[in-house]
Formats: sequence, structure tokens, C-alpha cells
Amino acid sequence: MTRFVLGRIGFYTLIAVLLAFFTIPLLWLAAAPFTSDPTYEVRVPDFTLDNFRAILEHPYALPSLLNSLMLAVGTALLVVVFAALAAYALSRVRLPGRDALLYALLLLSSIITGTAAMVPLFQLAVELNLIDSQFGVILILTGGLLPAAIFMLKDFMDSTPKSYEESARVFGASPLQIVRHVVVPLVRPGLATIAVWAVANVWGNFLMPYLLLSDVEKQPAAVIMYTLYTEGGQANLTLLSTFGLLYSVPVVLMYLFVSKKYGFRFHGGIKR
Amino acid sequence: MAQAISPPEALEDAPARRYSSDAAGLGRLRAGAFVAPALALIAVFLVFPALWVLYLGLTNYRLTGVAAAEPQLVGLDNFVKAVSDPAFWNSTWLTVQFVLGSAVIGQVVLGFTIAWLMRDRTGPLKRTVEGLVILAWILPSAVVSFLWVALLDRDGGTLQALLHVPGLAPLLDHPMLSIVIFNTWRGAAFSMMLYGAALGNVPPSHLESARLAGASGWQQLRDVVFPHIRGHILTNLLLISLWTFNDFTPFMLTAGGPDGQTEVLAVHVYKVALQGSELGYGAAVSTVILLINLVVAVFYLRLLRSKK
Repeated sequence: MTRFVLGRIGFYTLIAVLLAFFTIPLLWLAAAPFTSDPTYEVRVPDFTLDNFRAILEHPYALPSLLNSLMLAVGTALLVVVFAALAAYALSRVRLPGRDALLYALLLLSSIITGTAAMVPLFQLAVELNLIDSQFGVILILTGGLLPAAIFMLKDFMDSTPKSYEESARVFGASPLQIVRHVVVPLVRPGLATIAVWAVANVWGNFLMPYLLLSDVEKQPAAVIMYTLYTEGGQANLTLLSTFGLLYSVPVVLMYLFVSKKYGFRFHGGIKR
Repeated sequence: MAQAISPPEALEDAPARRYSSDAAGLGRLRAGAFVAPALALIAVFLVFPALWVLYLGLTNYRLTGVAAAEPQLVGLDNFVKAVSDPAFWNSTWLTVQFVLGSAVIGQVVLGFTIAWLMRDRTGPLKRTVEGLVILAWILPSAVVSFLWVALLDRDGGTLQALLHVPGLAPLLDHPMLSIVIFNTWRGAAFSMMLYGAALGNVPPSHLESARLAGASGWQQLRDVVFPHIRGHILTNLLLISLWTFNDFTPFMLTAGGPDGQTEVLAVHVYKVALQGSELGYGAAVSTVILLINLVVAVFYLRLLRSKK
């Protein structure tokens, strides 16, 4: 009996420590935006909204959130469309060298990262005139996310039944019609997962836009956040905390939405 | 209708049909067209830069000056320079500490512990714990790194206020430990979710019979659970090692400082290549990073295969 009691006490102590470890760093983000003159220390907020007024007046803060949205949506669209087409073809048709290709894609997706290919990507962007181009950043991010996306989607396509496609074919639908009207609705949850995964990845990506976009009007929130706390020596905590919160809320909402709708179950998905 | 009557071409390709059938009658040509745009983007923005790194590493390319206009092949000079540069070895050693400390030990142990503690639970406690852990993982890295700067700050950071230790400056006194703990906190969610899913696959009857045979908690883990989830552990280790190895986030916490004490390889490349504008030399270091990544990946994939 004592062993059981000790076990319970141990369990709840451990849980309390874990909760503290994961909560304490986040407290500041919850409190500081609503505190007047925030400092690094977490204080009980006085629920002022002045900080939000200040961030509205900042010339680059809100536009940078729009930039982030544009990069994220653009990349997610390209990734979903191209990855879905490729994954479907790879799943249903035995192209020569398919298995080697998939294996290479898996290695590529985990090995070649922004940091190792930083120099040539920068040069490539210069050569292709993609410096300071948001479209360039979208293309580069898409190229980086595609291998993992194809890999995840192919798994998904493999596990969807082929009988619907077969019966559509019996009724005389052309291959393209089948893909558009039969396959896409069947794999919609998979496409949604990839879209959310791509948006989350791009929303948080710092390195690529930091390298490639020097025009402050084109920079996404990740870069603006970083400039806010490095420029001018003293970090402006009013702006930082408020902007950090505004920048975080969309991903949190998206996560809540996805976990409500699909359940955040793990199927070996890959996040970088 | 003709399509429906004529047999699909998969018939000529009978062994392939077993593996996967072309149910929509796509055919190889259209399949190729479906794959092409994705492959083109991957080739231009992923494969080409990777190959270009190999070439650049052999040149004296710089961002500015004469070598910028006409870079020359310098053979293996950059690699010799890297191998004989103590800063490079210092960065490699720091990266090893960072990966071992925060990924292989920190995230795996913490992630598994949480998954194990929560395995039979449902309800608000489980949702709260998992929600917080996942929150740390999904917030943008620019935000979380600043949260940790605020937490660890020397002048009135939250940690200092909580512990009542004036002059406590973890980012200055123990920078490596700080980023290791930070990255453990940041990334534990992935391991937690993966092990949570893996533990769900361990047959409860096996655990039950082990318990009836008098196995202690640790013995159950070692003899029943670990053999079952070995594949998951290896996949998890492979992914988080590679991600941590290439992680640029420490830069946002410490910018590689103080005194290069947290200049992991990802930050080192950035500093020599783009801040020091020695693109050729930076590319050579990148090549070494790619090689290390490849070795790590092949090592884990070998281990994974040896299971089957």
C-alpha cells in the first residue's frame, strides 16, 4: 500500500515538474502583451491594450504578418498540388526507377537542409534574379518541402482503395476526370494534413527569408521578430511581446482546428 | 467506353500489377507528366544546390573582391584549411554536444517519459500536458527563442526572479547547457507523439503476462516495450539527430556567442560564408556537413534494416 502511495506521489511530482518546465517559458508571452511597460520579468498583467495600439502603428509589423501569410499559402498551394500529382502517379504507376527515386527523396528530405545548402541557394537566387523576390522564396521553400510531402502523401495514396477509380473507369471516365473527381475527394484529409504541415513550416521559417529578402517591406514576421530584438541594442519589449503573440496566434488556432477536426494522431509524419 | 472494354495496360505488366495497379488508367506518359513539376522543382532548388556545394568547395569564391568576379579552382585547399582550422573542430565538437545532449538524450528521454507516463490516461491531465508540450513545438522559432532570452536574461529574467539568484546569467555562463535545455524543451513533442503512437502498438497482453511473471517496471520496459518499439526509436533518432544537427535556432538565442561557445556547425557556416563572405570556404564546410548527415542517415538506415 505504501508503495502505491509513494508511486502516486512520485507520479504527480514528476507531472508537476514537467508542467512547470513547459509552462514557465511560455508565461511571458501570455502576460507581457497585456502589461504596461513590460520587462523581462513575468508580472501579473494590468490588462492594458496600449501595447496593441503601439504595434498597429509600427510600419512593418502588420504588413509582415501578411507577408508571412502570402509565403505560407503560396508554398502550401504549390507543395500540395505538385506533391499530390507526383504521389498519385508514383503510387499507381510503376515508373522505371521508382523505388530508387523514393529512397533518394527520403534521404534528400532529411539531409539537404537550408543550412547546408545556404551558400548555393543564395547564389542561385542571385543568378535567377530571385533576391528580394517573395516568389523566389516560395519556390525555394517548395523545393525543400516537396520530397517529404511526396513521401507522406504516397503512403496515404497507397492505403486508399482503388475500387472507386476502377468503377469510375468502367463507367467511362477519363483518367484526368478520375483524378479530379474521384481521387482528390478521397485523399482530401491527406492533402489537408500536408497543407497544414507546409503552412506551419513556412510560417516559422526564419533562415530562407532572412537570407533572401533584404527589403524590409517584403520580410515575413519571423525576420521582423528577429530584427525587433536585435536592432538598436535595447529590445523594445512592448512591441516584441505583442508582436510575438500576434505572430503565434495563427499557428495555435490552426493546430487547435486541425486537432479538433482530424485528431492530431501521429502517422510518422515529418516536420522539419 | 472503349477504355472500359479494352484491358488496362497493366495486364502486359503482370508482376507490377500485384505491387500497384494503375486503376485510373493513367499510363506511364501521363504519370511522368504528373511527377515532372515536382521533380523539376526538387532538382533546381534541392539537388542542384547540393551538387553546387561540392563544386564551390573547390573554389576560392568570395562575396566581394577579385575572387567574386572570377573564382578559381583551388582544389582541396578549402578542405585542408577546414581540417586544420581549430574553429572548425571546435564547432564540430559543439555540434556533437548539442545533438547528443538535446536530441539523443534530452528529447528522446523526455519525450519517452511523457509518453510512458500518459500511456493509459485520458482526460484533462493528459490533454493539458500534451497540449503544452506540443505548444512549445508549434510556436514559431523566432518567438520561442525570444521567450527563452526573456526567461534567462541577466537583468531580471523570469528564472532569476523565481530562484532569487542575482547575477544569474545562464546564457553567458553556461551557453551550451542553455541551448541544450532549450532545444530539449522545444523538440520533445515530436518524440512524445511518436512514442505515444508506438506504445499504443505494444500488445497489452504481453505487458500483462510480464507483470504476472513478476517483472518490475524497468524489466517490463527493457524486455517487452523496447523490443517492440525498436524501429520507432531508430526512426525517431534518425530524424531528430538530423534536424538538430542542422538547426539554426541556437543562432537566435546566442548568435554563436559568447566567444563562439555555441557556434555549432550550422551557425559556423553562416558566419564564415555570409558574414565573412568566404563562400568557397563556407561551401567546403557545408560539404563536410552534408557528408556527416549522410553518414548518420546511412548508419541509422542500416540499423533499421538489420532488424528485418
